[in-house]
Amino acid sequence: MSAPNSSFDPVEVTALQPAELEKARDAALAAIAAASTLDDLKRARLDHAGDRSPLALANREIGALPPQAKAEAGRRVGQARAAVRSAVEARQAALEAERDARVLVEETVDVTLPWDRLPRGARHPITTIHERVAEIFVAMGYEVAEGPEVEAEWFNFDALNIPPDHPARGMSDTFFVTSPESGVVLRTHTSPVQARVMLERKPPIYVIVPGRTYRTDELDATHTPVFHQVEGLVVDEGITMAHLKGTLEHFVQELFGADLRTRLRPSYFPFTEPSAELDFQCFVCRGESVGNPENPCRTCSSEGWIEWGGCGMVNPRVLTACGIDPDRFSGFAFGMGLERGLMLRHGISDMRDMVEGDVRFTRAFGTEI
Amino acid sequence: MRVPLSWLREYVDLGPDVTAREVAERLISAGLEVETVDHIGADVRGPLVVARVVAFEEEEHSNGKTIRWCRVDVGAEHNEPASDVLATGRSVVCGARNFVVGDLVVVSLPGAVLPGGFAIAARKTYGHVSDGMICSARELGTGEDKDGIIVLPADAGMPGGDAIELLSLREDVLDIAVTPDRGYALSIRGVAREVATAFDVGFRDPAALSVPDATGTDWPVELAAPDRCDRFVLRTVTGFDEEAHSPLWMQRRLHQAGMRPISLAVDITNYVMLELGQPLHAYDRQRLAGPMVVRLARPGEKLQTLDGTTRTLDADDLLITDDTGPIGIAGVMGGAATEIDDQTGDIVIEAAHFEPTTIARSARRHRLPSEASRRFERGVDDRLQEAAAERAVRLLCELRGAVSAGTATAADHAAPSVAIDLDLDLPTRMVGRDYSHDEVERLLTAVGCQVAVRGRAARVIPPSWRPDLCIPADLVEEVARLHGYDAIPALLPKAAVGRGLTDSQRLVRRVGQVLAGAGFTEVLSYPFVSPTVHDAFGLAGDDLRRRALRLANPISEEEPELRTSLLPGLLSAVRRNVSRGHEDIAVFEVGLVFRPGPDSAVQVVRPGVQSRPSSEETAALDALLPGQPRQLAVAMTGNRELAGWWGEGREATWADAAEAARTVAAAVRVEIELRADRHPPWHPGRCAALLVGDLVVGHAGELHPRVLGELGLPARTLAMELDLDVLARHARLVAPGPDIRTFPVAKEDVALVVADTVSAGELAAALRDGAGELLEQVRLFDVYAGDQVGPGQRSLAFNLRFRADDRTLTVDEVSAARDAAVAEAQRRVGAVLRGS
Repeated sequence: MSAPNSSFDPVEVTALQPAELEKARDAALAAIAAASTLDDLKRARLDHAGDRSPLALANREIGALPPQAKAEAGRRVGQARAAVRSAVEARQAALEAERDARVLVEETVDVTLPWDRLPRGARHPITTIHERVAEIFVAMGYEVAEGPEVEAEWFNFDALNIPPDHPARGMSDTFFVTSPESGVVLRTHTSPVQARVMLERKPPIYVIVPGRTYRTDELDATHTPVFHQVEGLVVDEGITMAHLKGTLEHFVQELFGADLRTRLRPSYFPFTEPSAELDFQCFVCRGESVGNPENPCRTCSSEGWIEWGGCGMVNPRVLTACGIDPDRFSGFAFGMGLERGLMLRHGISDMRDMVEGDVRFTRAFGTEI
Repeated sequence: MRVPLSWLREYVDLGPDVTAREVAERLISAGLEVETVDHIGADVRGPLVVARVVAFEEEEHSNGKTIRWCRVDVGAEHNEPASDVLATGRSVVCGARNFVVGDLVVVSLPGAVLPGGFAIAARKTYGHVSDGMICSARELGTGEDKDGIIVLPADAGMPGGDAIELLSLREDVLDIAVTPDRGYALSIRGVAREVATAFDVGFRDPAALSVPDATGTDWPVELAAPDRCDRFVLRTVTGFDEEAHSPLWMQRRLHQAGMRPISLAVDITNYVMLELGQPLHAYDRQRLAGPMVVRLARPGEKLQTLDGTTRTLDADDLLITDDTGPIGIAGVMGGAATEIDDQTGDIVIEAAHFEPTTIARSARRHRLPSEASRRFERGVDDRLQEAAAERAVRLLCELRGAVSAGTATAADHAAPSVAIDLDLDLPTRMVGRDYSHDEVERLLTAVGCQVAVRGRAARVIPPSWRPDLCIPADLVEEVARLHGYDAIPALLPKAAVGRGLTDSQRLVRRVGQVLAGAGFTEVLSYPFVSPTVHDAFGLAGDDLRRRALRLANPISEEEPELRTSLLPGLLSAVRRNVSRGHEDIAVFEVGLVFRPGPDSAVQVVRPGVQSRPSSEETAALDALLPGQPRQLAVAMTGNRELAGWWGEGREATWADAAEAARTVAAAVRVEIELRADRHPPWHPGRCAALLVGDLVVGHAGELHPRVLGELGLPARTLAMELDLDVLARHARLVAPGPDIRTFPVAKEDVALVVADTVSAGELAAALRDGAGELLEQVRLFDVYAGDQVGPGQRSLAFNLRFRADDRTLTVDEVSAARDAAVAEAQRRVGAVLRGS
């Protein structure tokens, strides 16, 4: 820096001469514009706007000027420096944007690569259909009841108007626990829960009972000794068969499709009277396949109807055995096989697939049906 | 019950155009389940004719077979003219030799089609042109070949007659699955009545026969157990001709109905049984000694039954006896000693009414289910016995099996039918559709009931063939089904307000969902296990899991026990999956296990059903049952995380099994703690007991290598087992809201050296307790064992996070809290700061 000199003419200070300032500014702007990388720009900034740059030096010379010259020189230097600063900023922004764009391009991945590190799990479709059925009825105000699978014969048979020596008790169907005289069986249906519910609760009773049941059938494509049923029981004042029919119709429509018709056929179950078999209109062909050999239906064997379960009005004897006055209350009950429902609904052809635990079978259903 | 349509038509005025399918549909609507309609012989085409054998020559052929080159008279329409050497007729080759010249046979001529679509044409065989075929029973679908071709009775017809009609080769047969309540439908009579009602046409009761008075005295009958047998009718028939054959039509009907023709006497008893529903039995009169007594068996009594088996009788068996002792098990099977045979001259026919369960029990006890026992079990018309015996006697006489009907003997203790008082509005009330009183009366009358209407009620006496009609609801069903279930409207009841799923039901669902979300696949395995699995699991002799219930009649004798743990079934599923090529398996199962209580000798109770059982009785019933806790099990093998383009897979380890338990517990907000345990079938050094408080609720870890070897499972297979019932009891239903502190966190890491017997859990607990309330989290981030810490020691490094809820913590506060944590760890488990 020059020494203070009160008579010093700024025009005489080389660094502060307008031409010099312009030259330094232009050199700076050129270097900034030429910087093609952020590193170049940094260098250019240090060279042309840094502490030792000509503009910085010029700035320092201002202090040595006489007061009358300072304003003019300061304005000129300030303008030059501002132009350089803003050029640096603009270039900095442009180069950063360029770099960011390049990095994003470089970081591009193949988004179709698989990422099945953790295999997906699944719930057994019997479980999910069981829950689905329960939901349909819970939505109507029913509650879900449960009971033991190893069950007293009294609940499985006697209470349901199946006296000893009734054909339905034969060794051919029932698993006896320990011995045929033990009074204990693997429940052959979910119906014993009916009796338990009626003993435990007072009408009005609206329950749905999904559960595991057992019969001595060998495993094959259409039979399994361990299967699942869903049982419904309603006991209330003024319950009629029309209520039974309406309820089943709603159930079938929820599970298999809107507007499906249902049909009751007279049948026999010891614990209901009158009794009926439930048929519903085939949800695949809707009856179109009947008498139409060109378009056969595999689901209903071109019958137009699908048989699914039994039902009826709770036999007054059953109400009596469970301590409910049959003159005041009436009720209906129904029961159907979940495996069959699942096979129908999802076109499963072999029962064995459901019991073997092959993960490929279950995974196909995911966690909800 | 197989019902030939032509048989029905004998008793129902069905229009000629009514088809079997229409009959089937009406019957189904009325509650008889027609499973199939067989159109027997629908594919059969003529010419199929009666022919007389005019001549034949036997020829032996080089292949060792002897054939007959036959000339047969097939009637003027089909015969070819005579030649120099041949009589009028046709020539056919026949391989059978059970006929003589002059016999009537059945010949299918070229153009005919036999059952199964077998087309007949003239063809060259054994050096002749055979102009058709002499038919056997098998070829015509009428039965099994006994000796060769069918030889018709001499009076069967004239040559050229249509054999299709003669042999009833075309018939529509309904196959009805009869429900246990409808015993009457096990007869043409019962089905015919239903058909008549369904079509609203006339019905002739085949049992409406005039019957001679029971005046006979030669066979005194004593009913010594009148509650088991209340009616017993005997008819004697003399001059039995053993040579007499059943006519073709009868044989054919029996065959179509699913029974085998045997001999005239047997065929007639079967025919009458099919027609009327009353089983009959025939005795050789000469072999009977003294009066017949119907009584229960005495201890030690034996009987050789018709099938040649000597049977030890049970005190509950109802017997037909004479002076020599038992001669038959009532309703089940007769004795060999009184069987009719070719020496029989006179026959005694028995028609009885037995109590259904007695017969059901005897048939089951002796494993002799029969057409007779099937009917008795379901209840036979108790007014039918005389008519059935009469029908049999008439048939025997008509068909020249006997010369005269002898005397009748009867004993009758049958109680009159009990009337049912019916509120005539009940059908409307139960079914939910209006039935007028007249309609109710009309429909019940059609069933055969006597209906006496008194105001709004009626006294209804059910017919003798409907023992299933006992209570008003039974009558309601008759009204509803005959009117048609299709007429019932569909309504929804107004259900009471429900409370939705219970907490434990929701918990079970959540457990399944969480595990599926964590990559586990659900399995539902059978609960049947082999007792050998307890040994394979290495369970101690007194391990409670060995105390399993055993099925009296398992599907497989190999697996007679009910599971006491879910693991055997789940591990089988793992093995099956591995054998099918899935190396990386993570599965789970939720289900009941069966744990019998300590007192095995519980009193079997059987409350009555006339009223609600007492609470003592229901408690006694429940005491019969084992504990049936709901459990969860998980099993894993192979990689928990799969290998892929990202790199190596991660093998599932004991820690994944423990983590599965933690995942489930967290989902239901139960705090479980882990503690090292030795518990087969787990690896003794890699097994954690899962605890809720002090209660062990399950185990998790790696399975014992020896167990894996025994079960054929891959090395390092893992398992977890958890009692969901206990979990449900401890589940926190309402989660308390957390206290979110927003001041800055202070982090401190501490590495502590402890004896390697000290568990990470214990150490973490000590740090947590020592650090005080500023501590937000303790997290283990490193475990080191090796030279730097010396033998028997290991270093566990924890990251501690501190935070206050009202200020930024000072360095001193954080250090003090950390030091307090370390001090507590040192006090409890001797932990020393590493490097100090």
